[in-house]
Amino acid sequence: MSRFNKGKKEMPELNTSSLPDLIFSVLFFFMMVTSMREVTLLVKIDRPTGTQLEKLARKSCTSYIYIGRPATDQLRSQWGNQTRIQINDAFATDATEVYDFVMSDRNKLAEIDKPFYTVSVKADHETPMGYITDVKQQLRKGYALKMVYSANKPTN
Amino acid sequence: MPGLNTSSTADISFMLLIFFLVTTSMDTDQGLARTLPKPPEDEDQKNELKVKERNILNIRINKDNYLMIGDDYVGLDEVKPRAKEFIANPENRANLPELKPKKCGILGTRMVTLNHVISVQTDRGTSYGVYFQVQDQLVAAYNELRDELAKQEFGYKYEFLSKEQKEAIRDVYPQKISEAEPKQYGKNM
Repeated sequence: MSRFNKGKKEMPELNTSSLPDLIFSVLFFFMMVTSMREVTLLVKIDRPTGTQLEKLARKSCTSYIYIGRPATDQLRSQWGNQTRIQINDAFATDATEVYDFVMSDRNKLAEIDKPFYTVSVKADHETPMGYITDVKQQLRKGYALKMVYSANKPTN
Repeated sequence: MPGLNTSSTADISFMLLIFFLVTTSMDTDQGLARTLPKPPEDEDQKNELKVKERNILNIRINKDNYLMIGDDYVGLDEVKPRAKEFIANPENRANLPELKPKKCGILGTRMVTLNHVISVQTDRGTSYGVYFQVQDQLVAAYNELRDELAKQEFGYKYEFLSKEQKEAIRDVYPQKISEAEPKQYGKNM
């Protein structure tokens, strides 16, 4: 009989030696699917919704231009409530800065990537078209002829 | 020699994970891709004027976001059917673009509206949202026509076709939306 009750067995401790591996795989997953945040948005952008959208093919060859009204009260008191064009981390004084931005940004790319250079325009849906056409004219002037009107998928 | 104590590796990798969660974003950028025309030179502008009137579909949006196709005021939901009719011109009507023979890859020679152009003109005060909706509807018109033709010829929707078949369909319905030169009507910004 003694073989059956050798005193109370202790609950063995949970083996956590594979926990780091688990976390690492989650980490790698996130490193794959996300991308570094490029800029802090200074403008409020509510993009238009569209049904016929395509995904952007090459993220590395893309520059972003943001158009909208200043996002925070602090920015509004400094810059007013007019629509602004944001390039990199600052407001552009006028649309001609887009030209310089496009020229310098394209030059950072490798020579084989230059034909794929695309400019993604992220604009608020209430923006007057005047700003958009100004930007488009500057893009044409800089021969950055591929552009994308950035938009949201409709949620339903 | 005792084994290396790895009990803190989990904490370290947690820190890394949290760092990446904070600094990265998962935005998938989507949108309507467009190719802009080259900057205007004198000769190019002359060529543009040569397009016949029946081959142009003029869509105008004014500063109060009212839409006009040709000479009619229309709503947003009318854009797609009007554009489809214009692009395909199935009954070969005289006020719609002329049909011309064109070699379309594996589909052989077909009558297509070779020279049609859709031009969207806006005022400086038009809101971008409306302009975008119109552009979206125009792309939808092209996509529906391509889907219809693909089903009729190959029995599948356009997106499931092979590269060759897609090319042939694109030859029949090439996307020709002009990014027209801006015009300044009213100076309301």
